[in-house]
Amino acid sequence: MNLARLLGLQYEFRWSVLWESPFGYWLLQGIKNTFILSLLAWAIALALGIGLGLLRTAPWRIPRALATAYVEFFRNTPLLVQLFFWYFALPQILPAGPLRDGLNALNVDTPLLTLNYEFLAALVGLGVYTSARVGETIRAGIQSIPRQQTEAALSSGLTLVQVYRHVLIPLGLRLVIPPMTTEFLTIFKNSSLAITIGFAEITFQTQQINSYTFKGLEAVTAATLIYLAISLTIAVGMHRVEHRYAIPGLIVRGATIE
Amino acid sequence: MDLDWTIIVRNWRVLLDGFANTLKLALLAIGFSFLLGVLAGALRLARSPLLHYPAVLYIEFIRGVPLIMVIFWFYFLTPILAGRPLDNFTSALVAFIVFEGAYLAEIVRAGIQSVPMGQVHAAISTGLTSPQAMRHVVLPQAIRNMLPALVTRFIILFMDTSLAYIIGYRELTRVARIIAEREFRAFEVFTFIAVVYFVCTYTMSLASRHLERRLGPA
Repeated sequence: MNLARLLGLQYEFRWSVLWESPFGYWLLQGIKNTFILSLLAWAIALALGIGLGLLRTAPWRIPRALATAYVEFFRNTPLLVQLFFWYFALPQILPAGPLRDGLNALNVDTPLLTLNYEFLAALVGLGVYTSARVGETIRAGIQSIPRQQTEAALSSGLTLVQVYRHVLIPLGLRLVIPPMTTEFLTIFKNSSLAITIGFAEITFQTQQINSYTFKGLEAVTAATLIYLAISLTIAVGMHRVEHRYAIPGLIVRGATIE
Repeated sequence: MDLDWTIIVRNWRVLLDGFANTLKLALLAIGFSFLLGVLAGALRLARSPLLHYPAVLYIEFIRGVPLIMVIFWFYFLTPILAGRPLDNFTSALVAFIVFEGAYLAEIVRAGIQSVPMGQVHAAISTGLTSPQAMRHVVLPQAIRNMLPALVTRFIILFMDTSLAYIIGYRELTRVARIIAEREFRAFEVFTFIAVVYFVCTYTMSLASRHLERRLGPA
């Protein structure tokens, strides 16, 4: 209240909406859901993305073209549109029957979260979108390894699969740790878009608080601080990982402008 | 599964309006956020702590929060500051400028830092003043170095304008959602706008690759 007066604003702050029952509980639920969504989507993105990245550097033409098309399409369309696609458009083209009805009616309480179609669509949407970005990063990492390394490994008698297994993948994965850190941070921030399809993550919960109390500014401030705390924690943690797995003699950090 | 693609044709007017609004928001945001980015990037490189630290704070703070948060701030804050509700276009535009400026600032900073110090020393020893060295030696090379990253960011900004949906600005995604809801044709409409976005962004990235090749390595 005093803060608003001090700034000469026509607004009554009421910060207690952030911990009053049930709003404080809603916020905690939101934090938990943001973590579950982001981490599971990250697992999908890593698994798909590494596969895509490797395919894009492989000498097989058709798989390479398919992987390229996948990456270019999902990287170059807005995440929001992709979420709408999974949530609104996909059920429309599913054949009417048990699958469609089951997905629409899905509502299972698990110890971790309520499993429903909102969650599945957000998970697939975020995972697939991020997998394209991860795929691009992995490709760039592997292609930045000098060609002579591959040639040397091949001429020493390794098969192509062995070259990938023992030379390209270990080197490539270490090279891409800094840009992957950025992607990992980004997936937490991007998970906020799940609000648009009704998944109860942090942003969604703060808007719920707003619609019950009309205290949008307090709610948005709380969400902002939570996201900042998440970003800072990840940045500090990943800085250590980067330091530990950096390849000696390479200025890896300078390689990423974006 | 029966699809009815005529829905696109029947609603072409509304879709075109939405697309025009997307372009308007994207172009204005690109222009102004670039100015802000150059300013913040240069300030971050300034020696004076009074200039340096505010720039660092702004850049790191914005980069730590989701775009949706920034959009919501201005949506909730501007009516209080201005004493009256602002139209959602202005509020979205300000949010995009403030958000994108922080990312562009980092690109500008990296671009300037990519020019070797030896160039500056050489320029000054030939008699140029330090602003002249910046203007004629450092900036031309820096801009060339930052171009690919800049275009990448502009592409991201173009796609991000879809988030203005959330405060009700009638850009392409909002319009698509309205049509999809009214006619129960989500698949056709969202597939169509995904292709529209893709054609725009892919064209931009092809153009940027072409530009990079023409300029060659700096």
